[in-house]
Amino acid sequence: MATPDPLAAFREMKFRDPARAQAMIDALGRLTAAIGRSPVSLMHVCGSHEQAIAKYGLRAMFPAALRVIMGPGCPVCVTDTREVDEGVALARQGVHIATYGDMLRVPGTVMSLADAQAEGARVHVVYSAGQAVELARRLDAPVAFFATGFETTAVATAAIVLNGLPANLSILSAHKFIPPAMDMIAATPGLAVEGFLAAGHAATITGWGVFESFAARHRMPVVVAGFEPLDILAGLVKLLELVRDGTPAVANMYPRCVTRAGNLRAQEALWTVFEPVSGRWRGIADIPGGNLAFRDTFAGVDARRRFALDAAPLASPASPGLAAACLCGSIMAGISSPTDCPLFGGACTPESPVGACMVSSEGTCKIWHQYGGYPDLGDMA
Amino acid sequence: MSGGDDRIGLKHGAGGRAMRALVEQVFLRALGGTAAPEGIGLSAMDDGAAIPVGDRWLVLTTDSHVVKPVFFPGGDIGRLAVSGTVNDLAVMGATEVTALTCAVIVEEGFPRADLERVYASLCAASDEAGAPIVTGDTKVMGRGEIDGLVLNTAGVAFCSRPVPDAGLAPGDVLVVTGTIGDHGMAVMAARHALSLEGDLRSDVAPINGLIRTALGAGGDAVAAMKDPTRGGLSSALHEMAAKSRVGIVVDERTVPVRPEVRAAADLLGIDPLVMACEGKAILGVRPRAVEAVLAALRAHPLGRGAARIGRCTDRHAGTVVLDTGYGRRILAEPEGEPLPRIC
Repeated sequence: MATPDPLAAFREMKFRDPARAQAMIDALGRLTAAIGRSPVSLMHVCGSHEQAIAKYGLRAMFPAALRVIMGPGCPVCVTDTREVDEGVALARQGVHIATYGDMLRVPGTVMSLADAQAEGARVHVVYSAGQAVELARRLDAPVAFFATGFETTAVATAAIVLNGLPANLSILSAHKFIPPAMDMIAATPGLAVEGFLAAGHAATITGWGVFESFAARHRMPVVVAGFEPLDILAGLVKLLELVRDGTPAVANMYPRCVTRAGNLRAQEALWTVFEPVSGRWRGIADIPGGNLAFRDTFAGVDARRRFALDAAPLASPASPGLAAACLCGSIMAGISSPTDCPLFGGACTPESPVGACMVSSEGTCKIWHQYGGYPDLGDMA
Repeated sequence: MSGGDDRIGLKHGAGGRAMRALVEQVFLRALGGTAAPEGIGLSAMDDGAAIPVGDRWLVLTTDSHVVKPVFFPGGDIGRLAVSGTVNDLAVMGATEVTALTCAVIVEEGFPRADLERVYASLCAASDEAGAPIVTGDTKVMGRGEIDGLVLNTAGVAFCSRPVPDAGLAPGDVLVVTGTIGDHGMAVMAARHALSLEGDLRSDVAPINGLIRTALGAGGDAVAAMKDPTRGGLSSALHEMAAKSRVGIVVDERTVPVRPEVRAAADLLGIDPLVMACEGKAILGVRPRAVEAVLAALRAHPLGRGAARIGRCTDRHAGTVVLDTGYGRRILAEPEGEPLPRIC
């Protein structure tokens, strides 16, 4: 008898159907068994994927031999200490800082932007790049947009730059580009990741074709997936099929949004304004091509070139205390889980976070904390 | 940074873990040497106290009410003040309210017309509940010394059998009397001026009549009750599981949530399970009486949406597990006030 197609629901565009989810969960079990290794490790690189996996309790349903790890998929979390220090230094010069809310409490070397705000610095939360422009138009003072995020938000930053910024607005770019980070992780010895689940929303911009050279280089499959529970399960089923067959291909399981070429206008805007440069990802490494810096043509809007930015006084030789025990770096690199961290849920909570992973709603620790931690439910159900 | 707990924060009043810790560490510790009266006292941290008087039980409770805004879709602070106290009595098993008190603290400059409107609403809710207000108190404080209007109500009632929130046993079925999250979402939308479409209305109502019906149908088989106010269904279930020393498994698909509330919750990144209700109760019912209790609830205008949402187990005492239909996870106990997502 033929096995029913576990991806049938997905093809019919029904994204929330528990019965069909169960068929896919069964398929994960069969595929993991067919692969025969334990564990089979797959990595996703997106906070929204982790949100959905945790919220719907999917991890409790995965076969024991399947490990689904979250990699460096939280842009706020990988914003480096030095970049936060630069923001704080700017704020202390009297420059108004506009930034996304999640950034406020991310610790710098000695203080966060929220701490700087408590000392009198002017820090404004914005919800979009466009709001930073509106803010600058309202204020008769220098404003710097502390811009963070991956390809998705970087395109929005590029768009306001191409439209022309008010003279008093500059941008401190902490934008990151995901594909080079995947390269670094794929090459990390001992991590044993066998396939990547790529984030559907970023791929709407880059196109799924951006992963083809990666798959060939590392002989590792990549599947682009969306964010409904069935999207994620379908992505994992497809990824395990490619692993089982030893096929280092790229599959697009989010065709309702993602094409091979992606959004060409957005890419043009992105690469007109930014160039990839080597940069530090917090707790992980210097990643060649992992940061997005302004091209010389746009030097005029670059806060790093407009202001003398000296973050050195913020570097503290003092003992880092609690932060020394924080495992954010190895959690973001996919080496450790939040529950491996001695601070998780005790000394480190969303109310008083020690590491960036507990600050951002995209951070692994915050997500695990919100949804009850590791689903070790035993015979509960 | 928030630092240590040497100052009281808003989270200490939000009905979650932080508030429980504060009550235990400050109020209960201070009572340590005082002999507790027979019955259900402060140390039970139930919805009210129950003291045996002859062959009956005197149940009493008190509640202070602050809400921003004072008027919100579906109700106002006056209706809330009566419903909160009447419902706390009702879920203790005391549905015939003997009397209520009402103390009013007003900020200098508060509009007199608003005060009159609030008081009219309060009286209407008192009539609806059959709970007469028999005494009160009025204070005015200087501008900025208090925020608008604070109402305190206390209530007394008699019953033949108090129903604790700690009475669950393995095998009991959990029933909720209707949709959850309506009050919390309506107030949050009004407070943050979120221009959300759809009819978000508070469910604030006195439900002593509804509970009376359920107790009539279920009798002793109604083993535990609680009203899921601050902290929502999640906080209430955690308290019931911890005090009863049982595990609770909730089937998320069976928890009634109005589509408008679910959509708003998805948008704001807030779980409806942590949003406050002000006209609902959770009942722990022995299996033999579940159908009778559900039928009685559904026959009442305030209980049409009643549903069976979960069951108690003898495993993992104190834990609440959520079966999402796709998988399972532990339901985290809310720590403080839920806030809308920033991005």
